[in-house]
Amino acid sequence: MPVDVRLPTILRAAAGGQATVEAEGATVGEVFDDLIRQHPGLRDQLLTTDGELHRHLNIYLNDDDIRYLGKLDAKVDVHDTVTLMPAVAGG
Amino acid sequence: MILLEKKILDQMVADALDGYPLEACGLLGGSVDGQGTVRIDSCYPTFNVAASARLYEVDPSGLLRADRAAEEAGTELVGVYHSHTHTEGRPSPTDVIQAPDPEWHYVLVSLRDVHPSVRSWRIRDGKTKEEPVVLQW
Repeated sequence: MPVDVRLPTILRAAAGGQATVEAEGATVGEVFDDLIRQHPGLRDQLLTTDGELHRHLNIYLNDDDIRYLGKLDAKVDVHDTVTLMPAVAGG
Repeated sequence: MILLEKKILDQMVADALDGYPLEACGLLGGSVDGQGTVRIDSCYPTFNVAASARLYEVDPSGLLRADRAAEEAGTELVGVYHSHTHTEGRPSPTDVIQAPDPEWHYVLVSLRDVHPSVRSWRIRDGKTKEEPVVLQW
């Protein structure tokens, strides 16, 4: 079953302008794999060349930051929502 | 150009003064009309996890809450504000490098002078451009 992935405005152009897309997977990492299969332009904006999460991207599984849930290994379930948000910082 | 409700300006300035001497920060919610004019009608102050007089970093959980609140209000996040406690309201090199979204509006509240000033900027491809702020009473 697919889960909803909510995209921030800066990532929507790489996903056909959609604010929410559906992707399948049992973990956040698998959901990302499916997302990248559907929208290859998202690859470099989601992951580093080493396949790690970008520091400037916050990823939430429902209300929780996945950094505290096992990162890409965080388990996802039907009806979960994955929300991507840019880190907002400056000086 | 941004249309800014007076109450939002008051909230940003109050948050900046409350946060002094550290930088204060928060998100801005609003909507964009057909001509590209953005109307800012919500302000979501967030914790500055950098806890610094020179840097700000929006608390990620506050960012998520603001995003959901804006969506529930039928709007969306259209920008971010933060304070400069001792310098003018112009984006710093760090602001330019770390600007998260070229479609966003970057509002600076400067506390350098006796009277706080509020200015708005676009930041795209490493370049800054000031835009008019039109107050809505």
